[in-house]
Amino acid sequence: MSNEEKLVSELTQKFPFLSEKCVIVRPRRVTVEVDRDKAIEVFKYLCAEQGFDFLSTIIGLDSGDNLEFIYPVNNIHGMLVNVKIFAPKTDPVIKSTLEVYAGATYYEKELEGMFGVKVDGLPAGRHYPLPENWPQDEHPLLKNWKPKDKELK
Amino acid sequence: MPKRIEIPIGPQHPALKEPENFTLYLEGERVAASNVTLGYNHRGMEKACEMRSYIQCLYLIERTCGICSHSHTTAFITASEEVAQVEIPKRAKYIRVLIGELERVHSHLLWVGVAGHEIGFDSLFMYSWRDREVVMDILAMLTGGRVQYSINTFGGVRRDVTPAQKEQVLKAIDILEERTKYYIDIALTETTMMGRLKNVGGLTHEIAMKYHASGPLARASAVTRDVRKDDPYLVYDELDFNVITNDGCDVFSRVVVRALELMESYKIIRQVLKNMPDGELAVKVPRKVPANEATVRYEAPRGEDIHYVRGNGTEKPERVKLRAPTLANLASITYMLDGGYLADVPIVIAAIDPCFSCTDRAITVKQIDNGREGTLDWNKLREYSIEWYKQRGFDAHKIKLSI
Repeated sequence: MSNEEKLVSELTQKFPFLSEKCVIVRPRRVTVEVDRDKAIEVFKYLCAEQGFDFLSTIIGLDSGDNLEFIYPVNNIHGMLVNVKIFAPKTDPVIKSTLEVYAGATYYEKELEGMFGVKVDGLPAGRHYPLPENWPQDEHPLLKNWKPKDKELK
Repeated sequence: MPKRIEIPIGPQHPALKEPENFTLYLEGERVAASNVTLGYNHRGMEKACEMRSYIQCLYLIERTCGICSHSHTTAFITASEEVAQVEIPKRAKYIRVLIGELERVHSHLLWVGVAGHEIGFDSLFMYSWRDREVVMDILAMLTGGRVQYSINTFGGVRRDVTPAQKEQVLKAIDILEERTKYYIDIALTETTMMGRLKNVGGLTHEIAMKYHASGPLARASAVTRDVRKDDPYLVYDELDFNVITNDGCDVFSRVVVRALELMESYKIIRQVLKNMPDGELAVKVPRKVPANEATVRYEAPRGEDIHYVRGNGTEKPERVKLRAPTLANLASITYMLDGGYLADVPIVIAAIDPCFSCTDRAITVKQIDNGREGTLDWNKLREYSIEWYKQRGFDAHKIKLSI
């Protein structure tokens, strides 16, 4: 059994709701889709039990009705698990991962500014990367946001 | 409790590609607390990429950085090729590794010079930047550019390496290796250098792990992580090299790690030139890229560079995400500054090797003390730091160098 298969089988054993949600993309790349309410539980397990203690970034995507967030976490053996969570645009709230991944502050601030999602548990502070005087309701990485001065066709 | 003085450094800052703001709270000469504010130079590249074709994105992403331009394009194009399910020729992979390692040599030599400059050891700065010209010339010979190499294209590389060029690269590597041995000797035996850099800017192994530090910064805190070894891309799994780590956890060990990494890069370059197979340089890639996604990690000179690309069946990507290593490393910087001296601030910030901007070189430090305001620019802060150490017996100008 490869390392990837072992990880997937242990994950689904621990969290039965993850069966059918884990995909081995290629060697050292696994994708897991998690319900946003269960994400912290899964992150804690991945970090503490499986050694996925390094969060590289958080990728946000606007996929129509939903916002999609991908957390690439990796371990010392170079395996990378893309943990995907979704939040409907009508209720754009996710939980902060700071209690598991202390280095996530900038990545979560970026999601708040760029996608207008509310990250529960993220301490208030200066914006990143948008300036402090940026309009509250404008989120540049949403698909319906277009640059004003120079529209590209 | 002593009175606290707040000193904002930046956002206009010579040591960073993105202008950043460091707010220092001083108690006497010690930094009691510090804050980092980012985002002054966000250029909206990710949004811009969604409006451009893959090949246009490639040239845009090359402009992310003026030093690790090849790192960013290689990470992006490798991810795009994975999305498009294209396997590039082996020779192209070898050429990408060759340019990548030459880029690392150029970047690390640049850093050695900057570190020397920040501690008042300008002879080292001049020596290492002179030697850096050797590798810059080699890069210009191979790719046509000293900074923006544009060697990558969708499906392979744009230029071949001729046998005559190989000879020249090997000759240059011999010269650089000899020079690097000399720098390693200075770093490891020169007592003044050790006295100046040991126990400065401490970052413990636990904090480095907790805040996801990467690259030479993390490896100097005994974190054995190198994407080239852990998650090999291109042909790194066929090459023989070591991951350099050090458990000193201070600026001195960051010097040691980078200097020894140079030796590993020379080793890799020699292997690449020896083993490079014959063959095509690029394959044809369909104009429309399928709906698929890929995440690629790349060991840039400063640490892990991660790129994510999602296609949507058209000529333009649905989403491009890139994260440069400096952002990962900045989370640790307040821990390195806190508890240290104001005089150590320049070298501690420089020791994470933040990206340099060639265009933006203005910096202001504003000092607010008891209602009085004064300005201390980066040069004055540097002079202050050099003077402060001179009074305590460290003067880098007195170190004798010989060729």
